[in-house]
Amino acid sequence: MSEDELYPLLKAYEGRSASASGIGKDLVNEPMIRHWCEVMGDRNPAYEGPDVIAPPTMLQAWTMGGLSGHTGRTGAHDELFALLDGAGFAAVVATDCEQEYRLPLRPGHRITFDSVIETVSPRKTTRLGAGYFVTTRMDIRADGELAGTHRFRILKYAPAAGMRPAPRRPRPVVNRDNAGFWEGVAQHRLLIQRCASCAKLRFPWLPGCGACGSPDWDTVEAEGEGTVYSYVVMHHPPFPAFAGSEGGREGAGPYAVGLVELAEGVRMVGNVIGVPYDKVRIGTPVRLEFFRADEDLELPVFRALAEGAG
Amino acid sequence: MSTNGTATRGPRAGDELPPLTVPITRTLIVAGAIASRDYQDVHHDAELAREKGSPDIFMNILTTNGLVGRYITDHFGPGAVLRRVAIRLGAPNHPGDTMTLTGTVTEVDGDTAVVRVVGANGLGHHVTGTVTVALPGEAVA
Repeated sequence: MSEDELYPLLKAYEGRSASASGIGKDLVNEPMIRHWCEVMGDRNPAYEGPDVIAPPTMLQAWTMGGLSGHTGRTGAHDELFALLDGAGFAAVVATDCEQEYRLPLRPGHRITFDSVIETVSPRKTTRLGAGYFVTTRMDIRADGELAGTHRFRILKYAPAAGMRPAPRRPRPVVNRDNAGFWEGVAQHRLLIQRCASCAKLRFPWLPGCGACGSPDWDTVEAEGEGTVYSYVVMHHPPFPAFAGSEGGREGAGPYAVGLVELAEGVRMVGNVIGVPYDKVRIGTPVRLEFFRADEDLELPVFRALAEGAG
Repeated sequence: MSTNGTATRGPRAGDELPPLTVPITRTLIVAGAIASRDYQDVHHDAELAREKGSPDIFMNILTTNGLVGRYITDHFGPGAVLRRVAIRLGAPNHPGDTMTLTGTVTEVDGDTAVVRVVGANGLGHHVTGTVTVALPGEAVA
């Protein structure tokens, strides 16, 4: 969008109150001062002992909502943020903090604060994504006396696309007993093992014949025709890497997993695609396809044939 | 507080403060967020931080502010009083990085000094800012 239609709506909040008569959730107190100093590695003796003052840079901490959230914010603040959230600029990061300290804060001080939305910037493109800078200015009082001012700038942004790596399906375990199967898949051939001694077909791939015990084998290529012998539908948990049964790349299901009996007589497990998950039935005729999940993974899947669906 | 002779003379414009190196551990980031009552998920939950475009959790601005304040009062001593701290964040402080704070006195007016502070990490300048500090009488003399 070249014309930013959102910006005039945001700019209208400049000058409006962001919080009125906010009250610090805790009185200024020594435990919070000590915890702060522990983190900062700050051994300044001014922050302990009988004449303890709070580190001035703690100013904002006394106004924080904590885990239970802010109270005392105005409708204007909430509306501005709801506008930004609704337009996709839901993430927040602080960029600037300017504080002036007039009075030292001491244990027992009751903190109150008022803040105003000073400015909202036009839309900016940042490394994190496009967004708007919102600057607020807060007056902080200790037992009613102005103790400091706090100007704060945040970026409300829409995380840049592609920052999150696309989820990938789990990788098959390939070993010397089944490597030939995956080599076949890479060539879009579904290979079934055949015992070189008794000619029995077997799937999945195994080092020896289950019928006669022979370790010798060759392969036959499946023609690709089959029917659903049985199936399950995966509803939960949703794995983002798995598409719905319609074969689309979006969404994580539900999707149908079929036990497909190939025309050659062996059965194998694979996704049933090309039909809604709840239309798959025992006996549905399917045809082999190869589905590329990502640049490193291709899988045999089974497309339901139209006349059998429904 | 003698590295640049502030015990024998007051600070002068151009004086450089000795650097302070701060290892940025996951623990420091989380402890700083909690001590400052900041429960934004990007400061403690790596998975949610990634969803918001960051490769990992990162230090919140309140912790950076506290470290800058400590850097100044460590140097000028417990009698120094912070009057103003203005910081801007750039490259985020992620776990495993190291931030080195450096400072240069840019202005001295009576008992008040202005120090330009830079905190650099492996990605660039995490923080740039200015601190105005009132100095105890003996440090100015």
